[in-house]
Amino acid sequence: MAEQSKQRPTVADDKVHTWPHLVRMEFLVALFVMVVLILWSIVIDAPLEEPANPTRTPNPSKAPWYFLGLQEMLVYFDPWHAGVVLPTLIIIGLMVIPFIDINPEGNGYYCFKPRKYEILTFVFGFHVLWVSMIIIGTFFRGPGWNLFWPWQHWDPHKVVALTNVDLPYLLGFRDYWWSAACGAVVVGGYFVVSTVAFYLCVLRIKGKEFLERWGLVRFVITAMLFVTMLSLPAKMFLRLAFNVKYILVTPWFNI
Amino acid sequence: MNLKFLEDLKRDIVENQVWKAIFRHGYEDTPRNRVLMVTANVFLHLHPAKVRRHGVRMRFTWCMGGLTFLMFLVTVVTGIYLMFYYRPVAEYAYADMKYLEFDMPFGMLMRNMHRWSAHAMVVFVWLHMFRVFLTGSYKPPREFNWVVGVLLLVLTLLLSFTGYLLPWDQLSIWAVTVGSNMARASPMLGHEGPFAEFVGVNPVYDARAFLFGGGEIGPHTLLRFYILHCIFIPMIASILMAVHFWRIRRDGFSGPSL
Repeated sequence: MAEQSKQRPTVADDKVHTWPHLVRMEFLVALFVMVVLILWSIVIDAPLEEPANPTRTPNPSKAPWYFLGLQEMLVYFDPWHAGVVLPTLIIIGLMVIPFIDINPEGNGYYCFKPRKYEILTFVFGFHVLWVSMIIIGTFFRGPGWNLFWPWQHWDPHKVVALTNVDLPYLLGFRDYWWSAACGAVVVGGYFVVSTVAFYLCVLRIKGKEFLERWGLVRFVITAMLFVTMLSLPAKMFLRLAFNVKYILVTPWFNI
Repeated sequence: MNLKFLEDLKRDIVENQVWKAIFRHGYEDTPRNRVLMVTANVFLHLHPAKVRRHGVRMRFTWCMGGLTFLMFLVTVVTGIYLMFYYRPVAEYAYADMKYLEFDMPFGMLMRNMHRWSAHAMVVFVWLHMFRVFLTGSYKPPREFNWVVGVLLLVLTLLLSFTGYLLPWDQLSIWAVTVGSNMARASPMLGHEGPFAEFVGVNPVYDARAFLFGGGEIGPHTLLRFYILHCIFIPMIASILMAVHFWRIRRDGFSGPSL
C-alpha cells in the first residue's frame, strides 16, 4: 500500500462513476434550487404595471436590469458607441479570450499567482465595470437619470447644472476644425500611448521571450481590447473630474 | 412466506417482455450497471460514464452550468403553460396577463417561476462564465466551447429581453424601448447612427425597424418578439446547447494533468 500511494495516480484511478457520484450531486442541487425557486415564486410576485401606453413615458425609463450597465455607459458615451460598438467589442473580447491567453498554467484548476494579470483583467472588466455599473443603474439612478441615494426621494424636478463642455473647448480651441483635429489627436494619442505603455508593461512583467511566443496578432488584438476597456474609466474620470462632454467632435460622430 | 410472495411478484414484473423492452439492465450496484445507467439513458448520456474525481466537487464547478440548464428547462416548462393562455396581440396580451394571474389555476405561480428562473438563468450563466474563467477551463482543447458558451450567454440575454415585452405593460414596453433604442444608433445601420445619411436608412427602414417590425414599438413588435422568444431563440439556443454539452463530453471535464 505504501508503495502504491507514492506513485502518481493514473487517469484511470482518478475517475469515479458518473452514476451515482455526479448524478446524485446534480439531483440534490437541482432539488434544492427548485425548492428555493418555488418558495420564492410563491412569496414574491412578478411585477405587472398598468397597460402599455406609448404616450406616457415613465421617468426614469430603465432597460431590464442586465442591460443597465450599457444604459449607464450612455451617460459617458453616445448611443452608437456605448450601445453598439462597446457591447460588440465585449462579446468579441470574451470570445477571443481562449485564443489570446497562451498561458498554459491553470488549465482546469484554481490558481491565482501564475494567472494574476489574466484574472485581474477579467475581474476588472466583469465585476468592477459591468456589475458595478448595473448596481449604479439599478439602485442609484432616478428621474432624468440623475444620481440619487437609495434612501433619497426621487425628485423629478431635481436641478442639475449642465456644465459639461467638450475637451477641445476646455483646452482653448474655438475654431471648429482645430477642435476636431485636437480631439482626433487626443483620441489617437490615447490609443498609441496606451498601446506602447501596454507593450512596455507586458515586456517588463512577462519578458521578451513571452512576447515572441505571443506574436504580433495576439498582441494587437489584446492591446486594442484592453485599451478600449480602459477608455471607459478614462472617460468617466474626465467627465466626473473636469465635466468633459466629448473629446472628439465631428459632423458624423462624437466620442 | 410473505417474502416469497414479494419475490414472485418482483420476478413477474421485472422478467417479462414489456419490462425488458424498456429497461435494458438491472439496478444492482455493479460497475457494469453503473456505466449502463449513464450510457443506456439518452438524458444521462450527456455525461461521460466516468468523470475525474475533482470534477464532481461542488467547489470546483459551483454547479452553475448545470443550474443554468435547469433554469432553461424550468422556463421551457412554465413557458409552455403560459403559452396556452397568452395571445401575442396588443388588444388581448395585457388582459390575458390579468386572466392568467387571477383566473388560471397556478397561473400566477407559473408566471412567477418563469420570470424568476429567467433572471436566475442570467445570474447563473454569468457565474458559470466566471467559474470557467477562474479554472482556466477554456484553455486548449476547449477554446471553441468557450466561444459557444459566449454565444449562449448572449442568447440568454436576448431570450430574457424578448420575453420582457410580452406582458405588454408600462414596464415592458419602456424597458424594451430603452433597450432597443441602441439599434437606431448603430453606425450605418440605424437612422440616428453615424454615417446613416450615406446609407440612406430612415426611421421606418433601419436596424431598429427590422427588430420592431416597424418604425415604433407596437402590435407588430409584440408578435415579432413573441416568435423570437418562444421559437426562434430557444431553437438556436437548443442547438448550441447540444454542441456545448457534446463538446464537454468529448473533451472531458477540465482538470489538472496527472
